[in-house]
Amino acid sequence: MEKITTHTGIGVPLRQSNVDTDQIIPAVYLKRITRTGFEDALFAAWRKDENFILNREPFNHGSVLVAGPDFGTGSSREHAVWALKDFGFRAVLASRFADIFRGNSGKQGLVAAQVAQDDIELIWKELENHPGTEITVDLEARLVTCGAIIAGFQIDDYTRWRLLEGLDDIGLTLRHEEAITAYEAVRPSFKPTTLPART
Amino acid sequence: MGKTLAEKVWESHIVRKGEVVNGQAEPDLLYIDLHLVHEVTSPQAFEGLRLAGRKLRRPDLTIATEDHNTPTIDIDKPIADVTSRTQIETLRANCKEFGVRLHSLGDAQQGIVHIIGPQLGLTQPGLTVVCGDSHTSTHGAFGALAMGIGTSEVEHVMATQSLSLNPFKTMAINVEGTLKPGVTSKDIILAVIAKIGTGGGQGYVLEYRGSAIRALSMDARMTICNMSIEAGARAGMVAPDDTTFKYLKGRPHAPQGEDWDAAVENWRTLRTDDDAVFDAEVFLDADELEPFVTWGTNPGQGVSLSQAVPSPDDFADENEKAACSRALEYMALEAGTPMKDIRVDTVFLGSCTNSRVEDLRLAADIIRGRQKDPDVRMMVVPGSARVRLEAEAEGLDKVFKEFGAEWRFAGCSMCLGMNPDQLAPGERCASTSNRNFEGRQGKGGRTHLVSPVVAAATAVRGTLSSPSDLDPVPPAAADQAGNSSTIHAA
Repeated sequence: MEKITTHTGIGVPLRQSNVDTDQIIPAVYLKRITRTGFEDALFAAWRKDENFILNREPFNHGSVLVAGPDFGTGSSREHAVWALKDFGFRAVLASRFADIFRGNSGKQGLVAAQVAQDDIELIWKELENHPGTEITVDLEARLVTCGAIIAGFQIDDYTRWRLLEGLDDIGLTLRHEEAITAYEAVRPSFKPTTLPART
Repeated sequence: MGKTLAEKVWESHIVRKGEVVNGQAEPDLLYIDLHLVHEVTSPQAFEGLRLAGRKLRRPDLTIATEDHNTPTIDIDKPIADVTSRTQIETLRANCKEFGVRLHSLGDAQQGIVHIIGPQLGLTQPGLTVVCGDSHTSTHGAFGALAMGIGTSEVEHVMATQSLSLNPFKTMAINVEGTLKPGVTSKDIILAVIAKIGTGGGQGYVLEYRGSAIRALSMDARMTICNMSIEAGARAGMVAPDDTTFKYLKGRPHAPQGEDWDAAVENWRTLRTDDDAVFDAEVFLDADELEPFVTWGTNPGQGVSLSQAVPSPDDFADENEKAACSRALEYMALEAGTPMKDIRVDTVFLGSCTNSRVEDLRLAADIIRGRQKDPDVRMMVVPGSARVRLEAEAEGLDKVFKEFGAEWRFAGCSMCLGMNPDQLAPGERCASTSNRNFEGRQGKGGRTHLVSPVVAAATAVRGTLSSPSDLDPVPPAAADQAGNSSTIHAA
């Protein structure tokens, strides 16, 4: 994974709460077996409306999405994160994120920055009054800057560290393979196995 | 201080406790007992293993099925949609290459991934269960810590049989009292979601407790745990009890002989200690509950069936006000319309929320001896091939077919419309599934989430209805249809 310390790009105001992953990427696009090439799928239903924010200059070049509370609810589809990244987004700002979406973002190098709703409102106004305003997301300092607005954000320590270092999760865990093997040696015998198959 | 059920299961799975390094907390590394796999969220994970030259660590703790893309008619013919077919074929090739047990379309054990785990007796108390599907929370009904994961985590579990997780907070959902006739576990969970909101459970594991929960069957408990994710919680649990043990005993992968005794002794310890403290508690009175239905485009936008469509003015919060306006527009509803005046085009009985045998029985008991509204299409999709066979052995298929409903083969079907079972634009559906998101059941489709008995009553009347709205079955028809009703029209 690529290291991220700071990112600066055009902010996109998405004034909507409860943006579920079915909206971020409808199920029909989940039939693909690749991990890339999902840019066309991002908000596919909403992008049919020519006035949708991502169909408008300069927001179509945006890379920091600023959304309402409870972003990424619903389905666990990591495709939602892939689609956001493939479109060009590097960070999403919201006051609340769904747990699975937040986790998926961390694995894929998309910064899910939890910003207080009052600050989100200020940023929305700034972006709407001055389209094209860039937002800087400083992962090191846990600060977002948008025009004159400077706001702190929350992200858990471990995810932040992994993003800063660009570390692969599986590689990190395999450093503890001996502990996994030791755990397996003492698992109770009544725990089920799928093989040999019984039906 | 005592421990909660969730904490007990968590602690018994710690492979390595996270340390605090330079003031920064690492997550715990937890062992995963059971990994369920399906075709949609696994291809990129298998590919990741291949690219890194890694093995699947524990094929014997992994099981796969085909469910999201599979057709529910003509299952003996090749899948018409090329991308769906490719995804299924990819799963088959991957399972073969990595030695994973797979239940394919046409197999008696094939079905929705969250139906087959319990059905095979693989889902057991005290396990950690994961799957690349948010409704993995279903398995929490057995007192397992079960949660949905993304594809990166699927690959992680494949490679390491473990998962790095930050500890959860715990929330008790206390439901005391007795449900009225015609009120089901679906109504409990819809009421919980309306109460705490779609984000209320974020960061928590929910534990459903109280006399109303204890009185529920396993099928009904699974419905509740299934929709924990709709309240924002990755996992929901019910402490195992005699109902759980009775359900498991004799299932193909349930422990046998001495292992059974050892398992039950262990399982009996899996309850929240009396002096344990939850981080949050919610209380719900089962006696007061009525059939519940959603009016909007997220599962928290629900009301009792006897109420009316709300107005944006009913909400103080600006975001909720805006969400209400948007939802009413999408759903083509006017504020103030009684929910029971809303006409539907389609009734969908199925999904991992409500497609078990008990769900089919409850719905069949309502429609037996009654006529379907001629303008309503009803689709019944059993959760698994096994459920379908069991239902047929009881003659439920005949009840549905005589009523005029379509009796389909197993799969996720119209819950998310990855197969041809979709709503047309503008089509309105009373659905026993779990998500009423915009376009979820088909582009432009409009979804009202309901229980199986409300779905059945709605199919009779054509408008959103509870069983108590139905006219009594004429005596002649009742005689003909037998008298196995478990829920009577009041």
